[in-house]
This record gives sequence, structure tokens and C-alpha cells, in this order.
Amino acid sequence: MVIKCFGIARDIFKSDEVVVDDSSINTVADLRLCLNEMNEQLSTVKSYFIAVNQEYAEDDQQIRNVDEIAIIPPVSGG
Amino acid sequence: MKKENIDIRISGTTLSIDEAYQSVLHEGCGGNCLFVGTVRNQNKGESVTHLDFDTYDTMAEKEMNKIALQCFDKFEIERIAIHHRKGYVGIKDIAVIISVSSGHRDASFQACRYAIDTLKDTVPIWKKEHLEDGSYWVGARP
Repeated sequence: MVIKCFGIARDIFKSDEVVVDDSSINTVADLRLCLNEMNEQLSTVKSYFIAVNQEYAEDDQQIRNVDEIAIIPPVSGG
Repeated sequence: MKKENIDIRISGTTLSIDEAYQSVLHEGCGGNCLFVGTVRNQNKGESVTHLDFDTYDTMAEKEMNKIALQCFDKFEIERIAIHHRKGYVGIKDIAVIISVSSGHRDASFQACRYAIDTLKDTVPIWKKEHLEDGSYWVGARP
């Protein structure tokens, strides 16, 4: 499963994409656990959302390999 | 509300106030309101040299479109343009323009305010502030 990274997440993973082993990932909450374990710096970020197919997702949302998934750190446009 | 009444752009080059203004002009409108956000040379006492905006273009455009639709629901406006920069933006350069037209001024003022406030909360765009001695992502750390 490929996860897009933006803002501080791009710096933390030193890449604009990170690949996770999706064998145990069914929901957004599962993905969060996996990402936080992969790089503990991510847990120092104030908060972050996961976007699924370019929409903000809740923790209980199901995710699949075909979905476009992204880490959305606190936004700061404008 | 017709699609041509919404003009959403994320641009890697200088934003034009005139384009944002012309984009919303309408023969039935007597009120036009523009908010222009520019880059400051300091933040919390530290000297800022420039900003870098990272953008999730496709999702950001979707979220900006949602804001435009909410403005049509909430206020009696005719047209709205939301233009945002990405990449390197220098001091005094324009980071964002909200441009709204309406029959009377109240709706334009309110929609302009609502659009910029909501953009700052929901649109996936990230600002890296570059200081003389380092850089950081705004709002990312507790």
C-alpha cells in the first residue's frame, strides 16, 4: 500500500511516498498504528489526518490497496 | 449556480489580482470584495526570508470547490474565485486571493471572510517558513 506524504510528513519519511505492508491494515486506525511504528517522529506531529481518495477519513473507515491514501499533517495554507 | 461561477486555481507562478477580479465581474453585481494574503517578513519576532507551500493539488482543489459551494449556500453571491500559490513565495508576494461578487456588498464581505477562514482550516496546503537560521512547517508541532 502506497501512502502519499505532504508537508512535515514528507520531511519525516524523506520521501513523497511511503510503502507500508498492508497485510494487517483494514482501517484508517490500523494504518495510523503502522505509520507511527514505522517512524516515531510522526507521533511528535501535533496531529494528522488520513485522506482516502482525496477526502478526509475517519479512523473506522475501511481502506483498500486501490485507494489513494495520504498523510495530511495540520494544514497551514493562506 | 453554474460551474463557470467558480474559479479555483493552484498556481506555481505569481498570482494576479486583476485576473481574480476580472474572473468574478458580473453585470448584475454592484459589490466586489477581494482578500489578498501576502507574505510577511517576520513571525513571532523572527525574520522570515521566504515561504515554501506544499500542496496536495487534487484534494486541495476539491476542498476549495467545497468552500465555494458553501459560500453560494450561505450568502447571496454571484461569483467566487479562490487562487492559491504553491512553491517558493517571497516577502510581499501574494500567497492567496479570494475574490467575490454579489448584488450588494454585504454578501461579498461575508463570503470573502468565510472563504479565507475555512481555507486555512480545511484545504491541504502546507506552509514552510524559512528563517535566517532554519525553517519549519507552520502549525505542525505542538
